Amino acid sequence: MADLATLKRTPGRARALARTRAGVDPRRRSRSPHGLGPRISRNLSAHGFLIGAVLCFAFFSWYPMGREIVMSFQKTQFGVTSWAGWRNYDRIFRDPTFWTAWRNTLEFTILALLFGYVVPFFTAILLNELRHAKGYLRCLVYLPVMLPPASALLLFSYFYDPSYGLFNNILHTLHLPASQWVQSPGTTPPTMAMISVVIAATWMNMGGATLIYLAALQNIPGDLYEAAELDGAGLVKKIRHITIPQTRLILSMLLIVQVIATMQMFVEAYILTNGGAGVNNNTLSVVTLIYQYAFAMAGASNYGAASALGVILMVVLAVFSGGYLWLTRRLER
Amino acid sequence: MADSTARTLISQAQLNRGRGKLVYRIVLTVVVLVFTLVFIGPLYFLFSDGLKSSQEAIATPPTLYPHHMHLSTYTAAWGRMSVGRLLVNTLYYAFGALVFQLVFDVAAAYSISRLRPVFGNVIFAGMLAVLMIPAAVLVVPQYVTMANLPILHLNLIGTPEAIWLPSVANAFNIFLLKRFFDSIPEELTAAAAIDGASPLRILRSIIIPISRPILGVVSIFALVGVWKDFLWPLLVENGYNPTRETLNVGIWDGTLTTPQNEILAASAMAAIPTIIFFLIFQRNILSGLTTGSLKG
Repeated sequence: MADLATLKRTPGRARALARTRAGVDPRRRSRSPHGLGPRISRNLSAHGFLIGAVLCFAFFSWYPMGREIVMSFQKTQFGVTSWAGWRNYDRIFRDPTFWTAWRNTLEFTILALLFGYVVPFFTAILLNELRHAKGYLRCLVYLPVMLPPASALLLFSYFYDPSYGLFNNILHTLHLPASQWVQSPGTTPPTMAMISVVIAATWMNMGGATLIYLAALQNIPGDLYEAAELDGAGLVKKIRHITIPQTRLILSMLLIVQVIATMQMFVEAYILTNGGAGVNNNTLSVVTLIYQYAFAMAGASNYGAASALGVILMVVLAVFSGGYLWLTRRLER
Repeated sequence: MADSTARTLISQAQLNRGRGKLVYRIVLTVVVLVFTLVFIGPLYFLFSDGLKSSQEAIATPPTLYPHHMHLSTYTAAWGRMSVGRLLVNTLYYAFGALVFQLVFDVAAAYSISRLRPVFGNVIFAGMLAVLMIPAAVLVVPQYVTMANLPILHLNLIGTPEAIWLPSVANAFNIFLLKRFFDSIPEELTAAAAIDGASPLRILRSIIIPISRPILGVVSIFALVGVWKDFLWPLLVENGYNPTRETLNVGIWDGTLTTPQNEILAASAMAAIPTIIFFLIFQRNILSGLTTGSLKG
């Protein structure tokens, strides 16, 4: 820890030192073999190191970003692409499944925060108090994160099966009414179908948030707790007045990351409900709808509508993270 | 540091007192049992249900252990879902992506951190901006681009490059690497530069040996990223014969025509390599996770 801190502080000083020792900046001393100015040759070789990554970014990130916006204003019919104005946006706003998909995605995000944000928070606090079996418990929590999602989700869809699934069998043993789990037909949130998706998603993904939060907890100086105890603070007060404020930064970072991740939900519903839509579209998410617009209907693929929906999702997430950052900064003042 | 981490919400002294000790013992036992049940329990069923016969796998009520061992389920699933082939595909994609990422991302981070070309910071900012864009949002234009690469007019759909090349555009890796390279004292590289070492030589003989920990973190992220991805391989590697799918997509693809016990056996076989990988590298993976989020 200490070494890293000194390492981080030194570059500036080291550079100055090296400069005085060598008389000039050593980076400028190398003579170009091609007779070009040393500056140009240095830049050429530096860009040579960059070019591979830059090309990949250009082709697969920067260009598609612009392309998405352009495509959202275009339509393709019989292989001919022409401008469509706002017609793609108009079309998806009029599509009732568009609103269903947004309602479901918000439902998933809220439920996933209730489970996937609160559970790791308390799990990490609990794990941090234990003095034994630490490594074992940490491994356990993170193990599902490493599994291929198809394995984990196919296992859950087996557990969720209404007739031979393990979960209904447990309910039966406890004399509780059976459930249809992901195959529940209800559409008024919170739906059982969506709760089932969230349970599986939380089991799969909670390890990451738990361990990141656990690391943050270990950085809280212990004397703060001691001081609070001298003032007579109980367990709940210590959590409220020390643990949470001391880890506020990491808590807000985890919140943004989690909201952005859950708004992109796709694979969980796709595998659990065999295509993502569920019964009466009650697990259809925005990304699933993008996928359906673009790829699912053979012969009727509509890249324009899919891109328009992608642009909307992008804007919503940007507004959310921007607004959230603005809000936390204002509250801190 | 050791003193401050040892002190948590509840003090050691409180735990050592008679009642505190008892309560702690009980809580510890309950936590260990519950966690084992919640996280290992499902895995137990993943592996044991693949040993059941196809009737027993869908019996009501479900049996807690296979009453008749059917090892043949695993061999049947291996053949029907061509698990071996899917495994080879996934390993090929994952390690190919790892090589591409290590070569291009390390070179780029080194250039931005040490060689500092003109517009280097602008390019770096452009890369970081990608972090703000959620990946799933871009699948449609990325797919269209992959089907007809601008300028080059290549169709990469169905080739391994369709997975390898986009994985290089990983701003988080470049960010982690650059941060680490920035922390290497400049004296080391300056000394080599005075002795006439070329930038490539400095990268190879000084930077890379020092950076082994961060290279390990980046490698793990690269492998796990490909291994866990679903939507993108579903789009670009699906529906070829012989199959080019990844394990995730291939197993999901076969579920409609496969009995339940074989689906579970195939899922279990798909999970084995990751579990082994995790058990071997768990220390690096868990510490890399926090490096990536907190310090890195």
